[in-house]
Amino acid sequence: MTVYVFRRLLGIFPVLILVALGSFLLVHLVPGDPAMVMLGNDATPQQIQALKTQMGLDRSLPEQFALWGRQVLRGNLGESFFLGRPVTQSLIERLPATLQLALLSLVFSLLIGIPAGILAAVRQNTKWDQLIMITAMGGISIPSFWLGLFLILVFSVQLGWLPSGGYAPLWDDFWGGLRILVLPSISLGFMQAALIARMTRSSMLEVLRQDYVRTAKAKGLDWWRVTLKHALKNAMIPVITTIGTAFGVLLGGAVIVEIVFTYPGLGRLVVLAVQRRDYPLVQGALLLASVIYVLVNLAVDLLYGVFDPRIKYE
Amino acid sequence: MFDDASVGRTAAGTMDRGAKALGCEFLRRLWRNRLAVSGFGLLAVVLAAALLADVLSPHDPLTMIVRERMLAPGAQHLMGTDNFGRDIFSRVLHGARLSLGVGSGVMLFTVGVGVLFGLLSGYSPRLDGPIMRVMDAMMAFPAILFGIAIMAVLGPKTINVVIALSVVYAPRTVRIVRASVLAIRQLDYIEAVRAQAAGHLRILFRHILPNCLSPLVVQATFNFAYAVLAEASLSFVGAGAPPPTPSWGNILSEGRIYMQTASWITIFPGLAIAITVLGLNLAGDGLRDALDPRMRT
Repeated sequence: MTVYVFRRLLGIFPVLILVALGSFLLVHLVPGDPAMVMLGNDATPQQIQALKTQMGLDRSLPEQFALWGRQVLRGNLGESFFLGRPVTQSLIERLPATLQLALLSLVFSLLIGIPAGILAAVRQNTKWDQLIMITAMGGISIPSFWLGLFLILVFSVQLGWLPSGGYAPLWDDFWGGLRILVLPSISLGFMQAALIARMTRSSMLEVLRQDYVRTAKAKGLDWWRVTLKHALKNAMIPVITTIGTAFGVLLGGAVIVEIVFTYPGLGRLVVLAVQRRDYPLVQGALLLASVIYVLVNLAVDLLYGVFDPRIKYE
Repeated sequence: MFDDASVGRTAAGTMDRGAKALGCEFLRRLWRNRLAVSGFGLLAVVLAAALLADVLSPHDPLTMIVRERMLAPGAQHLMGTDNFGRDIFSRVLHGARLSLGVGSGVMLFTVGVGVLFGLLSGYSPRLDGPIMRVMDAMMAFPAILFGIAIMAVLGPKTINVVIALSVVYAPRTVRIVRASVLAIRQLDYIEAVRAQAAGHLRILFRHILPNCLSPLVVQATFNFAYAVLAEASLSFVGAGAPPPTPSWGNILSEGRIYMQTASWITIFPGLAIAITVLGLNLAGDGLRDALDPRMRT
């Protein structure tokens, strides 16, 4: 196991280096002179030159990457132009808000998606199955921001049950924070819940047809024991893979939902950065989100063995 | 006695008939799938709306009439008007053009890139590692965030939306083509073709690629759906097609602040997105079921 973890950790380094290279090159793909684009048309040649020197744009590209890479390893992602402060600091301040939104959306999608998928599989070709699959098909077709707007209209404006925006860290005010997060989590997690339900159903159907499940039923075991203990565990492998991908989607999708719910996370910061052409901030947010995604997928890989002992890490 | 040429013609004829029979069987299975037929029906409606937008639009989608601001849906304006007095129905129809244009552009680009790099990666062990590491890295960027970042760099233009979303969704297609190539290249008939001294290009494009088409077609449909959703998302946050271009995301974004007083501004473009994506997903599911050999009886 230790050897496997070590090998997997080594395996993510090339990906992380390429992710860093991609984030770095992004700013250098700006048509024209990046410094001029960032400072706008009114900038003086002196200002442009100063920015070039500050960003190291007057050096060769490999030199710039090496310099930038060294800074990134020290946790220095550069300076945000419109905030006038270090990018790392700005991102770290906003990260917990986005992470708690993405995590809660993931929990919501798992709590809805897995039971719905199981129910659809064990009641295959019944009204339940059709209802769940039609809802799931609707779920993967509705844009999260549109759903969010309607949730606000119904639950905040019409019924007044839940707030339409704001932020409270869960570790400071758990219930207050949770109330704020309910609507954003549903609108962000609904599509993933639908995908997880579809994946769970198809995976469960495969497993339920296996001989060992028939044997378990023939032994006279309760259906819930057969379904939840014998079948579900083996059906979870593709579902776990979906969870890893889902987290990345949720992290990215949070950008849009945060705008709808005026939620002060990374997403709103990125959109502001894009509007103000603050490339170091966009670059830093992209790098941070990707590194988190790679690490979550590493954790998901390591979880496989827990659900399926046939997978040997050696 | 039969000569080689006549044997070849007979074999070719038998193969043609076999291919036709398979094609008919595929269409029969697709036709029997009611959900898939509904999906294609929805797509046909959206496509017709996009193609006939100029004819069907009762008003110019860009003309602002201040005295007709925020009119509720009625006889004169089927879907009401927005805060500039523009006709929502006309804007939604023209928005279909942009969404389908972006979707099909992304689909074609991702299929092209997917075929090229997927074939190379699956066929050549030497190229497989480098290509797949790059794809892994590209897939590590959260899709929407990556799209926004690319748009920030390229600038808000419709063609840039196609480029950004193609870059975002191409790696999935590369992976799918590669997986098919890896499975196919080990089959006996590829070995037989190789024994006949066929060149690599011939093996790749004549014998492997046609057998990768099923998963590719299905993935292309889903890429189209992802692109329609992502385009709307980018426009919604102001990183897509620039206003006043009538894009569904733009209309939604502009109507968001009037949600309480004029909800029709957001309802109709949202419905248009949902119907298009639903159609694509149903069609994609139907194609997958019809093309899946395990579903054949």
